[in-house]
Amino acid sequence: MKSTGRFNLFFKKFKRFLPLLQNLTERDIKLKYRRSILGIAWSVLNPLLMMLVITQVFGLLLKIKVENFPVYYIVGVAMWNFFSDATFMSLNSVIDSAPLIKKVYIPKYIFPLEKCMFALINFLFSLIAVVIVMLFQSVVPSWTIILFWVPILYCFVFAIGVSLILSALSVYFRDLLHLYSVVLTIWMYATPIIYPVSLVKGSTLVYNIIRCNPMYYYVEYFRSVVMYGIVPDLTWNLICVTFSVGFFILGVFVFNRAQRNFILYI
Amino acid sequence: MALSVEVKSLEMHFNMSKERLTTLKEYFLKMVRKELRFEDFVVLHDISFKIEQGDVFGIVGLNGSGKSTLLKLISGIMRPTKGNVKTHGTIAPLIELGAGFDMELTARENIYLNGSVLGFSKKFMDERFDEIVEFSEMRDFLDTPMKNYSSGMVARIGFAIATMTTPDILIVDEILSVGDFKFQEKCERRINDIMNSNTTVIIVSHSIDQIERLCQHCLWLEHGGIRMIGDSQAVCDAYKNT
Ligand SMILES: Nc1ncnc2c1ncn2[C@@H]1O[C@H](COP(=O)(O)OP(=O)(O)OP(=O)(O)O)[C@@H](O)[C@H]1O
Ligand SMILES: [Mg+2]
Repeated sequence: MKSTGRFNLFFKKFKRFLPLLQNLTERDIKLKYRRSILGIAWSVLNPLLMMLVITQVFGLLLKIKVENFPVYYIVGVAMWNFFSDATFMSLNSVIDSAPLIKKVYIPKYIFPLEKCMFALINFLFSLIAVVIVMLFQSVVPSWTIILFWVPILYCFVFAIGVSLILSALSVYFRDLLHLYSVVLTIWMYATPIIYPVSLVKGSTLVYNIIRCNPMYYYVEYFRSVVMYGIVPDLTWNLICVTFSVGFFILGVFVFNRAQRNFILYI
Repeated sequence: MALSVEVKSLEMHFNMSKERLTTLKEYFLKMVRKELRFEDFVVLHDISFKIEQGDVFGIVGLNGSGKSTLLKLISGIMRPTKGNVKTHGTIAPLIELGAGFDMELTARENIYLNGSVLGFSKKFMDERFDEIVEFSEMRDFLDTPMKNYSSGMVARIGFAIATMTTPDILIVDEILSVGDFKFQEKCERRINDIMNSNTTVIIVSHSIDQIERLCQHCLWLEHGGIRMIGDSQAVCDAYKNT
């Protein structure tokens, strides 16, 4: 009885502050594209140029053998960038909103959530780059491509969970940003973006580390429906859901505990 | 008379570490060495009072006596350590004008952003937009980024947004001194209008004149406790004589 009351209250508040979420996201998009001359084109060009460099270096010099390597890389890196942008921007989102938090009542989870929304929209723009590379490489997707939103949704929920944790902890520990940038770099290399998983299957240790990495499952899922025309099986989906929902719940719990005292530290 | 604000045995502590620990490294080092010490700092204690609907309530006290903290507790920005605050109806906090403006954005964009900060829908803001612009007299600057505004101009827009609705409770923390004298008069007229519409108004001000002129009841805070509460004239007289 009491908990349904709290739930209703939560949704009422959420609905009231939905326009704020929308306005903050709009603000970020406007400012991002107002500052750069190339505007939205940059979101497409940037991954394309990166792809050119990386495929040259890794494809030619290191002789990584993956079919359609440019597509393989750009599909993986697009999703990785989404996750890393979302969490990295969220990390300082609460601290940066200190002037607001001190003067009006706002549900504080709005701030990390907004950064995740913003990253999601940028990600959707960058999918144009993915399509361009697929056209160039004449990769014809099968019907499974209509499921492209499934791994995005999983990854989005996961990113929100991680963002809630990071944005809450960073209020108390201001050096978290430096630590997290190191973690992100290591994490990226532990995700099969520029190499195929088959490359590390020889070493059980490395393979096991990768299998603990949620991003591995989302990235592979994304590739399978976009490039390979395969829908991942039930187990794969269950793993994805477990990581996403698990981190989401953990995030809500940590954030909820921490936010009580935000105002004393920001 | 209906009650508008009920404050019951309120207590607010700030948990201040002796030195401000702001990094993980320091935190872990201190924890390992068992040097983590927190100093409990009591900012407000034993605060109980009630404000009736439609009352104009003043709060006076020296710097650091806890006035702003009390307002933040009433408006829900902070949660009390002990005790509770009950409020009835919508609250418009005027704690700092223009909080939530993004100086890179234009005034037009900021009006919508700030409206949503206060929890108003886009449709509602569309309806009020002209009124806000009219009141702030900033029509010619609507599409200029706000970083090019003077501080008085920022405050004008902030005030216009914050007072565009008639809230049930209006909370004012020393903001009646912004703008040029013409705009100040305009602000006071607007606040007077709001007062006349059965809104509860809570005012913090260092101008005793203002409190005497506007308020019916008054609270005198000293070192985080209630020194005196009651009829505005009596409290102000006592406060002036210390
Ligand atoms: N976030 C905070 N962390 C620690 N201490 C705080 C914090 N905010 C306020 N204080 C302390 O609480 C006390 C009361 O502060 P408050 O701002 O409520 O005073 P005030 O009565 O509004 O003063 P003024 O007349 O200068 O506006 C001060 O001693 C201040 O140092
Ligand atoms: Mg103050």
